[in-house]
Amino acid sequence: MRFKDVFSIIGPSMIGPSSSHTAGAVRLGRVARELLGEMPEEAEVVFYGSFAATYGGHGTDVAVVAGLLRFGTDDERIPDALLEAADAGMKATFRTGAGAAVHPNTLSVVLRAGERSCRMTGCSIGGGNIEVVEANGFDLRFTADYPTLIVFHGDRPGVLADMTRLLSEANVNIGYMDVDRKGRLGEAATAVETDGGIPSGVLAEIRRLPSVTGLSYIDLNGGDAT
Amino acid sequence: MRFRTLNELAAIGASEGKPLFRVMLEDQAAESGRTAEREWEKMKAYYGIMKEAVKKGIASERGSRSGLIGGDAKRALEYARRPDASLGGDAGAAMAYALAVSEVNASMGRIVATPTAGSCGVIPGVFVSSQERFGWTDDQMTGGLFCAGAIGYVIANNSFISGAEGGCQAEIGSAIGMAAGALAELKGGNPDQVVHAVGLALKNTLGLICDPVAGLVEIPCIVRNGFGAVNALAAADMALAGVRSVIPSDEVIQVMLEVGSAMPDIHRETAKGGLAQTPTGRKIAEQLAEASSELKEGDNDD
Repeated sequence: MRFKDVFSIIGPSMIGPSSSHTAGAVRLGRVARELLGEMPEEAEVVFYGSFAATYGGHGTDVAVVAGLLRFGTDDERIPDALLEAADAGMKATFRTGAGAAVHPNTLSVVLRAGERSCRMTGCSIGGGNIEVVEANGFDLRFTADYPTLIVFHGDRPGVLADMTRLLSEANVNIGYMDVDRKGRLGEAATAVETDGGIPSGVLAEIRRLPSVTGLSYIDLNGGDAT
Repeated sequence: MRFRTLNELAAIGASEGKPLFRVMLEDQAAESGRTAEREWEKMKAYYGIMKEAVKKGIASERGSRSGLIGGDAKRALEYARRPDASLGGDAGAAMAYALAVSEVNASMGRIVATPTAGSCGVIPGVFVSSQERFGWTDDQMTGGLFCAGAIGYVIANNSFISGAEGGCQAEIGSAIGMAAGALAELKGGNPDQVVHAVGLALKNTLGLICDPVAGLVEIPCIVRNGFGAVNALAAADMALAGVRSVIPSDEVIQVMLEVGSAMPDIHRETAKGGLAQTPTGRKIAEQLAEASSELKEGDNDD
């Protein structure tokens, strides 16, 4: 099911004017920011499809930047996000991309902070709901509706078993998983959606697993009243 | 969720002797792992935001960010109160309140997407005006939102709720179906009547394209919210009177999917066709583009 609960239909509470082009874009920006794990110094945003045609009028550019600043979808500072980003030392650039997009409302983001960088492609599928389709070159699909763990690791026997064992020991239930690799025994990445939040101690243990090279934890609802 | 179609939803309600909002609430709590009380409070808070948006939109004559629209809700409400208004005060209020919330949305104010921001006026228009008329409590209205959510959940997972995917039928159409079904339940309709209200409403918006002028959620989105609220009242009345959707509502939802999938790209929110590409629509888009580039040059001068 693309839409999983009643609040993906009634909600979110948001700043207008468009749930796809404004609220969904804020959430895509938030996911990219969590993937990087810190305030980006540079952000390059590419809009495709309907996003490319109308991002100016809907404030999609402003909205993505608001997400990069970790604003929520109903934060009344959203209209001023570009100024807030400049104050925070973030340089954001926008362009449109040609070619067939996976969905009419698609954007990709490349972020950099010091030596660290990340890239993400995602779609805004309606009503403020999103679907990420690519993270750091891996075909990972997830919605960020649930606390989501993204682990970058070597493609080795037992890595997933080690991860799921740690989650199981913390009594964290997995609702969905997606795994992709660049080649046999090469680089791999796993997305794990869980029903409840993952304690930071467990995240640290997963990060320390021998084949794990990186980890991001995305919990978009962690901070609000849900 | 235990249901995937409106038929399954109504069957659960009928067999357990529960209104549909109760089925949705229970399934929501099971899905989220949070208590029903907590989910209820969250929805009730959303209803509070909707009422605030109605109030703000009715009071304001402020224009949208683009300056294209503004003050229509106030105008419509004043006219609706006249004895010679065609609709009558109650339906006129539903229309004006829907316009009000959509105007707040266009001016980057706070709204609740129901199911989307482009269609955020229909449900508050119907709900807030009906609450005033019938003296319903906020808790009753909160239940109504769970019922509307159950209907939207089925539409969204079997068809679509975004204009970019399925045209305006997917946004305004879904909102009208949700509002119509919820109103039928609030007025004491049984699960069967609720489902018929949805089907009746959806049939009236099949094929509606998404053609926003200059790509903004303003023209024609705002007035379509006003019309949508009135259509929802009509669909609820028809269903409660015993009018049936001969083509079952779940099948109508499949038609929405079929029509939306066949809709050309230019009519799915890209502003490349429809009203957006009329001579006047193009002129407005050009003027706004010029104004925004002048603004940027002005910024550089500072």
